[in-house]
Amino acid sequence: MSPQTVLVKGARVLGGEPADLLLRDGVIAELGQSIDAGDARVVQADGLVALPGLVDLHTHLREPGREDAETVDTGTRAAALGGFTAVHAMANTDPVADTAGVVEQVWRLGREAGHADVRPVGAVTVGLAGERLAELGAMADSAANVRVFSDDGRCVDDAILMRRALEYVKAFDGVVAQHAQEPRLTEGAQMNEGELSGRLGLRGWPSVAEEAIIARDVLLAAHVGSRLHICHLSTRGSAEIVRLAKARGLPVTAEVTPHHLLLTEELVATYDARYKVNPPLRTADDVAAVREGLADGTIDIVATDHAPHPVEDKECEWDAAAFGMLGLETALSVVQHTMVDTGLLSWSDVADRMSFAPARIGRCDAGTAAQGRPLAVGEPANITLVDPSVSRTVDPWQSASLSRNSPYEGMKLPGQVVATFLRGRPTVEDGALT
Amino acid sequence: MSRDLSDFRTVLSEDEINRALARMAHEVVERNKGASDLVILGIPSRGVPLAGRLADRVSSVDGVDVPVGALDVTMYRDDLRLRPARALERTEIPPGGVDGKVVVFVDDVLFSGRTIRAALTALDDVGRPRAVRLAVLVDRGHRELPIRADHVGKNLPTSLRESVKVLLSETDGRDAVLVGAADDVVHHADAGEAR
Amino acid sequence: MIRHLLSAADLSRSDATLLLDTTEEMLRLTEGRSVKKLPTLRGRTVVNLFFEDSTRTRTSFELAAKRLSADVINFSAKGSSVSKGESLKDTALTLAAMGADGVVVRHSASGAPYRLASSGWIDARVLNAGDGTHEHPTQALLDAFTMRRHLGDLDGRKIVIVGDVLHGRVARSNVILLNTLGARVTLVAPPTLLPLGVENWPCDVSYHLDPVLPDADAVMMLRVQRERMNAAFFPSAREYSRRYGLDARRFGLLSDEAIVLHPGPMNRGMEITADVADSERSVIVEQVSNGVCVRMAALYLMLAGADETADDVHEGAA
Repeated sequence: MSPQTVLVKGARVLGGEPADLLLRDGVIAELGQSIDAGDARVVQADGLVALPGLVDLHTHLREPGREDAETVDTGTRAAALGGFTAVHAMANTDPVADTAGVVEQVWRLGREAGHADVRPVGAVTVGLAGERLAELGAMADSAANVRVFSDDGRCVDDAILMRRALEYVKAFDGVVAQHAQEPRLTEGAQMNEGELSGRLGLRGWPSVAEEAIIARDVLLAAHVGSRLHICHLSTRGSAEIVRLAKARGLPVTAEVTPHHLLLTEELVATYDARYKVNPPLRTADDVAAVREGLADGTIDIVATDHAPHPVEDKECEWDAAAFGMLGLETALSVVQHTMVDTGLLSWSDVADRMSFAPARIGRCDAGTAAQGRPLAVGEPANITLVDPSVSRTVDPWQSASLSRNSPYEGMKLPGQVVATFLRGRPTVEDGALT
Repeated sequence: MSRDLSDFRTVLSEDEINRALARMAHEVVERNKGASDLVILGIPSRGVPLAGRLADRVSSVDGVDVPVGALDVTMYRDDLRLRPARALERTEIPPGGVDGKVVVFVDDVLFSGRTIRAALTALDDVGRPRAVRLAVLVDRGHRELPIRADHVGKNLPTSLRESVKVLLSETDGRDAVLVGAADDVVHHADAGEAR
Repeated sequence: MIRHLLSAADLSRSDATLLLDTTEEMLRLTEGRSVKKLPTLRGRTVVNLFFEDSTRTRTSFELAAKRLSADVINFSAKGSSVSKGESLKDTALTLAAMGADGVVVRHSASGAPYRLASSGWIDARVLNAGDGTHEHPTQALLDAFTMRRHLGDLDGRKIVIVGDVLHGRVARSNVILLNTLGARVTLVAPPTLLPLGVENWPCDVSYHLDPVLPDADAVMMLRVQRERMNAAFFPSAREYSRRYGLDARRFGLLSDEAIVLHPGPMNRGMEITADVADSERSVIVEQVSNGVCVRMAALYLMLAGADETADDVHEGAA
């Protein structure tokens, strides 16, 4: 689509007073009251909140390898519908994104699809095997410009390997995003360990298995002076460790998923594998703790951990089912429901947790395709317009994703992304893909 | 039964029930030419206390202790699937068994005849009696099977819109047979027999 | 009556009592009779769907269904979706097409029977014959029935259950059911073989066996797999049996009326010594025969009647 001039009229910028935004040549050309439309196409945005385009630091696009579950194209369509203008594609594809070749392929597929910027995440270790470092520098220097490295799905549990990875990525300002899961404590684990797992006869995934790794990695990062990012933090104890680390001034960041902000382990009692996820749904106390953590800044960002799986991998016995949930199209609604409507976050805080901060951590907040920039004149016109006043019932069969494994099926959630602009070009308008 | 029976009229009083049982006891002895070889089996639930009373009277008529027991027919009914599964009642076959004996079934009300059909099938699994007879306190008609009672306390022509309630002191605190309007419109005799 | 028997927790006290009373009648009807077959489930089809080998349980359910004249299909589905064979869903659809009225499920995955019952794939009644480390409700019913025959009403009775509670489905179902019936249960095991949160279960917990034996009305010994020591649940089989095995000395601590149960199969010499297992107060063999009657009762109550949803114009039960 050729660049066009769009005038967004009357949007509440970051939830503040209504203003007009003129989008021209991919940037915000004007911002103010009663801007003259001229030849611009007008988008009426009365009552809508304007946010910077959302940035997801944790997305599984499944391509290459599991194109039956998701492709870069379908995953980024879902992203755009959810208000995202950039997603970080996790490395656990087949083949694994552990070489410059694979990350460039994923990056290029994203460019061709054009629904959102795709920022590949590189694997920390070859084949995610946890044995030797992947060519992190080659991935960083590739066209994909990788800055986030993660073996997500698996923990880099070998302490010396983790230390080396933390040290090595300093050379190109990268960050290791750790999937914190002590493997021996979680062998065969199926759900949060507690009274309920004992009752349901499902192997427990104890919170200590997450907390022990986070504690170790915080100390390792402090020791070698590296940045550390914690994926999908899910327990009160984890939040406390990160809070302590931040109090000591350590460069540790953490993410929480929408589902850990809303859902609790009680759902597992249905043995419906839609609720099977890693790390598992935790207790109501953990949910309260991660909400507090996100509110007070202990937890820096919300990341979806969008994990598509084909129907047959969920429509089976719990033990046999795959871990993971869809998240892109529902993330903002869940955040509104759990954080905004409860008064824990303002819309401007949401902009920070879902756009500015994730872009900063992923180091995609500068350069030609900068994301997570303020809504200000001269900045890239990456904008999400959300209507917080409507609510909708989630129907995964309407999803742009190839998969249907949404844990929110049938739930009524507030908020609807009305439009998404990627560098001035609408990817979503009137709640539908353009 | 939590039903309010105030609208029901009494068709047999306590005295009349006693007299009917006494007469039936004599008939049983007479028909059998004595009380030897008799086994009296009540069909739960109200057939069981009635069987006990009948056995006592037969014993006092003939001076012989008549074996008495109970035969639950629930699992032999042909209408099991028409209603939720019910608790089983106790089956109690006297120690001498029924082989070669004359079995007298006792029930409170004879209606469609399906209970007795089930009882005959159930008895097959217990043994092979020489003969089987049937004694009922009330025969209200509307048979759906070729079954008749040998000994009847009272023949009581009824409408299908009516319900017959037998109350016994053992289970209900008093003796009486009552007739009143059925709870639901009864479309066939079998449904009305449901307890 | 409940629609499916998935967990002992599905049973209210009156449901459980009805099941046990019905079992009593089943026992009376089949004991010492030349004709052991009842016509009750004629025309009904019961499928034994076993994703996990268990000759004992399958045979028990098969005999129970056959004694009620049901048509029985044994469907051994060793290749579950866990091993990339036919999926649970496809199996369920197959059984539905066969017209199964009741499905008895044994599965290595906890919750598989629950999934089958709630999925909408099949309309049949589902009976859990043991799922993973979750539950085994008919085993608990037969244990309770056996105890009731010897001890009378279980209200206030003291039952001690010893062994691997963590990996065992029998203990879980027993604690729930016995508690429902008013009994007081004490679990005895090394802390490693107790699930997290057991202190909130409706029972007492002890790490020591000797002190709880004198007050016990019944002791149930659970099978403990020797291989568990390889995963550090206990140091050695010898140490386990020394601390938690029921031997002649501990048997002597029991009151004269107390009985000994074991859901089988036994590890003689591990959790129970041969002399105790074969003693007069061991009711282990009786548990097996009672198992058939308990399953008859469950099949009767769940399959003989109409669906509660069916239009029912009959008078209520007296």
